[in-house]
Amino acid sequence: MSGYACEDVLVSTEWVERHCGDSGIRIVEVDVSTGAYDEGHVPGAVGWSWRSQLCDTVRRDILSKDAFAALMATSGVANDTTVVLYGDNNNWFAAWAFWQMKIYGHKDVRLMNGGRAKWLAEGRELSTDRPAPEAGSYQAADPDGSLRALLGDVRAAVEAGAAELVDVRSPAEFTGEILAPPGLPETCQRGGHIPGARNIPWGEACAADGTFKSADDLRELYAKAGITGTKPVVAYCRIGERSSHSWFVLKYLLGLDGVTNYDGSWTEWGNLVAAPVQRGA
Amino acid sequence: MKAEEYVVEESALAGWPVRFSSYRIGATWHCKADNVSPGATIAIGKGSSRSEAKAVARRAAEARLKRTRRRS
Repeated sequence: MSGYACEDVLVSTEWVERHCGDSGIRIVEVDVSTGAYDEGHVPGAVGWSWRSQLCDTVRRDILSKDAFAALMATSGVANDTTVVLYGDNNNWFAAWAFWQMKIYGHKDVRLMNGGRAKWLAEGRELSTDRPAPEAGSYQAADPDGSLRALLGDVRAAVEAGAAELVDVRSPAEFTGEILAPPGLPETCQRGGHIPGARNIPWGEACAADGTFKSADDLRELYAKAGITGTKPVVAYCRIGERSSHSWFVLKYLLGLDGVTNYDGSWTEWGNLVAAPVQRGA
Repeated sequence: MKAEEYVVEESALAGWPVRFSSYRIGATWHCKADNVSPGATIAIGKGSSRSEAKAVARRAAEARLKRTRRRS
C-alpha cells in the first residue's frame, strides 16, 4: 500500500508493460511536441502534442469541450476507457492532460509513475508504429471549474488572503533572478512571484528516478512549507504544466480538497499591469 | 526494440547546470539535454554515436542557455 489518498490514479511501468495491449486501455504519450514519441514509444501508445493538441491554438486556453471530445474520439478513447498517460519532462505534460481530462469528466485516467524516462532507462520495449484507432464517439462533460483557477479567482484570493498559493517553479524563477527556465524563451515582463506564495518546486515531489515520493514524505514536504489545505490551494508555475504535476500530487496523492491549477500562471501574472509582485525569497 | 546503454550525466554550459540523457535505439543514438532546475528539455540530438548525438544536443543547448539573462 502506497498510502496515497487515491491509489488508482498511478500505475507502474511494470503494470503498463503487462496491460498495454489490453482492450479497454488506451496508453497515451504526452509531450510538448511529438518528437520524443517519434523516437519510439510504449507499444500501442498514441501521441499527443501539448502545443498543438491539448491547447486552444487561437486563444490561450484549454481545449473547448467539443475539441476535447474530438481528440478523445480520434484517439480511440471512449467514456469508459482506462487512459494511462505518460511523457517526457517527468510527466509535466501528461499531468496537464490528466488535469484537462478531469475537467471534462473522464472517469478513469492514470499516470505512469516515472514517465517516459523511467520506461527508457529500464530498457522496456519501444515501438515506432503509430496506432490508428477507429474513431468512436465521446461525450465530454461540462467543464468542472472547481479544478481550475482563473485570474479573477487568484486576484480575489490574494487580496483576501483566502488561499494557500504554491509556486512550483525553480527558486531562481521564484525570486525573479530569471524570467524563464534556463534555455527557454522569456514569456513575462517582470520576475518574482505572487505575494504570499510558497516556493515548492515540482521536482521536490519526486525521487531520483522520477517516481513520486511516499505519501509521508509528500505530506512533510508541503506541511514544512505551510501548505496544510486548511484553505483552498492554488498551484501555479510559468505556463501551467509543472503546476498540473503538483496539482496531481496535492489533490490525488495527498487528497487535499479545493486544489486548483492556475494555468495562466506567471506568464499571465508577470505581464499584468499594476499586479502586486514580490521579489526575492 | 528498446533504449539501450542509457546514461545520465551532468555538467555545466554557459554557466548553467545541464543534464544529458543519452541512449541508443537500434542504430541511432539519441541525446536529450535538460536544464536540471526545473528539468525542462532544452535540446535534443541524434547521431551514429553517443558522442555525436551529445555534441548536437550540446551545441543547441549552449546556444539557448547563452540567451538566458540573470537579473540582479
